[in-house]
Amino acid sequence: MAALHISISAEKVFSIAGLSVSNAMLTSMVVSGLLIAFALWVRLSLKRTNRPTGVQNLAEYIVEALHDLVQGVTQNTRKTEMFFPVIATFFLFILLNNWIGLLPGVGSIGFFEGEGATKVFVPYFRAGTADLNMTIALGLISVILTQFVGVAHLKLSYFAKFINLSNPIQFFVGILEIVSELSHVISFAFRLFGNVFAGEVLLAVIGFLVPVIAPMPFYGLEIFVGLIQALVFAMLSVVFFNMATLGHGDEH
Amino acid sequence: MSKEFAVAFVMGIGTIGPAIGIGLIFAKAMEAIGRNPEAASKIQTNMILGAAFAEAIAIYALVVSLILKFV
Repeated sequence: MAALHISISAEKVFSIAGLSVSNAMLTSMVVSGLLIAFALWVRLSLKRTNRPTGVQNLAEYIVEALHDLVQGVTQNTRKTEMFFPVIATFFLFILLNNWIGLLPGVGSIGFFEGEGATKVFVPYFRAGTADLNMTIALGLISVILTQFVGVAHLKLSYFAKFINLSNPIQFFVGILEIVSELSHVISFAFRLFGNVFAGEVLLAVIGFLVPVIAPMPFYGLEIFVGLIQALVFAMLSVVFFNMATLGHGDEH
Repeated sequence: MSKEFAVAFVMGIGTIGPAIGIGLIFAKAMEAIGRNPEAASKIQTNMILGAAFAEAIAIYALVVSLILKFV
């Protein structure tokens, strides 16, 4: 198994003024650039018509589908308008990151670093979500935004969920709530990272054992997993946002 | 040697629960589709979401074993 190269962490490609840029960072910047370019393209080709064509049609389809997803959970137009931009960004960013990791050349084009026994292969690109730093960042954003959403809707009574001195049982329930918020970060991060990274390992191993034809069904599987994981992340975020907007009394 | 054993052990034990869970999810979903075929698409979406959550537990085990193996 000497030729099989798997690295669990993203590798440094180059550094700008002491800040090292890893291959996962590079890919996620490319993904951000692509999304921004797509948004600008859609904006410039936008026409007021009842029969949208081409790219406008595609963009409207994506926006409508995501809007329906959020609306289906919140059942409230005001909340949907507040959550939709964040949820749609999560979904599109994670989806594109997952899928770009499957492109030929991502993870296979790179350079060698070091000499002799310490020589390691460093690819230029690596799927952004196959880096634990990225998924923890996404999980933190989601969980911190949940607190902001809760405060925005319930004002200070939101914190009654965490700190409640009315009786001892409520006090310990509050501690459990704090722990569960923290564990959401970990479960968000590891679910996404595990699925995407496991997919990469699976493809690497299958490609190593049987290089031709055999990896093809697994690519299909990975495209599906990428979509499902993006959907799960967006869906869970919107469910947690929605739960934070409900008071303690009407939660049950 | 002990490291390899730990890696295999984590995967072996860690996948039992999710396997049973996913089996139950799909069995119930099939039952529901059998009873009410019109709702098949709605059941399927929720089934896949549920399976993704159950699968996540197996993925945690996989992450642990990958960390043991490669770090």
